[in-house]
Amino acid sequence: MKELFQIPSISWRCLRVWQRDRDAYMKFYKVSLIGTLGDPILYLLAMGYGLGRFLQQMEGMSYVEFIAPGLVISSAMFAASFECTYGSYLRMIYLKTYDAIIATPLNIEDVVAGDILWGTTKGLFNGMIMFLVVWAFGLVDSSWAIGIPLLILLVSFLFASLSMITTAFVPGFEAFNYYITLFLTPMFFFSGVFFPLTKLPAWVTVLSRFLPLTYAVEISRALIYGTPSWILIWGTLILIVPSFFLFCLSVNLIRRRVIK
Amino acid sequence: MEKLLNKTDIYNTFKLNRFSIYCQKKKLFLNLYGFGSILIPDLTVRKGVMEPIIIAKNLSKKFGEVVAVNEIDFTIYHGECFGFLGPNGAGKTSTIRMIYGFSPMSSGVLKVMGMDIKKSARKIKERIGVVSQENNLDTDLTLLENLMVYSRYFNIPRKEARKRSQELIEFMQLEDKKKSRVDDLSGGMKRRLVLARALINSPGLLLLDEPTTGLDPQARHLLWQRLRSLKTSGVSMVLNTHYMEEAAQLCDRIAVMDQGKIITTGQPREMVLEHVGAEVIELRVAPSLDQEITHTLEGLGLKTERFGDTFYIYLPAEKGLLKELTQRLIPLNHQEMIHRQATLEDLFLQLTGRDLIEK
Repeated sequence: MKELFQIPSISWRCLRVWQRDRDAYMKFYKVSLIGTLGDPILYLLAMGYGLGRFLQQMEGMSYVEFIAPGLVISSAMFAASFECTYGSYLRMIYLKTYDAIIATPLNIEDVVAGDILWGTTKGLFNGMIMFLVVWAFGLVDSSWAIGIPLLILLVSFLFASLSMITTAFVPGFEAFNYYITLFLTPMFFFSGVFFPLTKLPAWVTVLSRFLPLTYAVEISRALIYGTPSWILIWGTLILIVPSFFLFCLSVNLIRRRVIK
Repeated sequence: MEKLLNKTDIYNTFKLNRFSIYCQKKKLFLNLYGFGSILIPDLTVRKGVMEPIIIAKNLSKKFGEVVAVNEIDFTIYHGECFGFLGPNGAGKTSTIRMIYGFSPMSSGVLKVMGMDIKKSARKIKERIGVVSQENNLDTDLTLLENLMVYSRYFNIPRKEARKRSQELIEFMQLEDKKKSRVDDLSGGMKRRLVLARALINSPGLLLLDEPTTGLDPQARHLLWQRLRSLKTSGVSMVLNTHYMEEAAQLCDRIAVMDQGKIITTGQPREMVLEHVGAEVIELRVAPSLDQEITHTLEGLGLKTERFGDTFYIYLPAEKGLLKELTQRLIPLNHQEMIHRQATLEDLFLQLTGRDLIEK
């Protein structure tokens, strides 16, 4: 049990795995990009401009303005999560890429770290494109938004690690449905992306406080609309500290699964 | 047996050392004319022929309660091709996986190239090549990209990697396909690419886990040729196989494994002679005739065996027996009589039993 929480020995060679994943991705990036970005852009258009027309102002802003910061963050969350669930599982179990790589000077810790870095990169990439879309729609009001890339990076890293933990346990592809339908999707809806949490029953508000996305959405909104508060600091801390633990845990868990 | 082997080893080392000193002198002389390296290739490799490259002592691997490898000892020397033979589940793959640090060993000592696998796995892995049982290639990438991606794991500079990849693709006769995706390759080509990939770091030791399983004869023979030429150039090899012909074609020495133990080790030809004999006669006869046959063979002191529809008679190397034997057997009411050389397969079946072993 103790070994699951120790800091794994990772070398710089994990970047080689990141390079491998990038090369493989570049073969199909067009297809992949449409898949992962289609969703948030659709939400922005359909919900923001479509549904938004029938809604009053939300916390002093139009509905599309209200949901844009959350969509930027959740697109990063989904991209990182899909990469480190389906993508990593495919490489680990079906393609045996992990096995191939650990026959070289890399060890399993390097491989997992490289894969998480790649998942993070994909999250960052998708999140940034979404951010640019939001910006192009004229929804960014403040120069505080310069902090958005860092926030996206952090959120991507967190969800890449969390997804890798799931990957360490699932018996097959279908099992990822549990993670996505029972965890990611509810989080997407109950982290204040689409409606303010303050007006909901108390238990929902309490629950949302346990969801990492809630803090990320609050920070994102504060940055994009230039309303800085203490949330920037303690929200970031709340994201960083678990990220680190989840990352170590995920590497150790995958090692336990692969190395026999 | 073990002692005898050691004596010849010492003698061989002695002979080789003398030879190499002689050649080194010659080389110096020939180098003056500028073609020394062509005339005397790979001497540095051959010089150390009898130094061990892998030493295993009391090596064990346990998966929970299951003992996959049970306290085995073996020594593999530089330049040698050493084969592990055994039925499925004998512990061959577990052994090879311990050698490249994939599976941590449960107990014992394992030294590869003079280094402890527990402490220096990275360094060891830098200098070996692994052909695993599955084709774990990057299926979306082309052949060339596969090799280039793999070369980065070894930190080989790009230019050098490109040169080596090109050479390896030619060596494996894959030039026509080098821009194809791996998915579009045949089974044999994939296997050759896996071998090419294992050679990207110019390893001194190659670990091959059933390299030709599932290939057609053409593909298999091509792969064997490549492996033999690698051996000639001084690469040491460990080969897992359950194809007896493969072991006979490639291995200098073999170890027969069964249920996690090494049953016996030696040179293939000698082992067959010792345990089986020189020739085999197979008689397809009804079991009811067994007694009659045994009676016919009386006084010849031959080893016999009945399995299924066949009665086996094993003949030692002495000559003159065969004629006598045939005369005695012809009058018997058999459907078919086959006379053939004894092979590794006979040895294998004798040592590991004829019953099906299924996990």
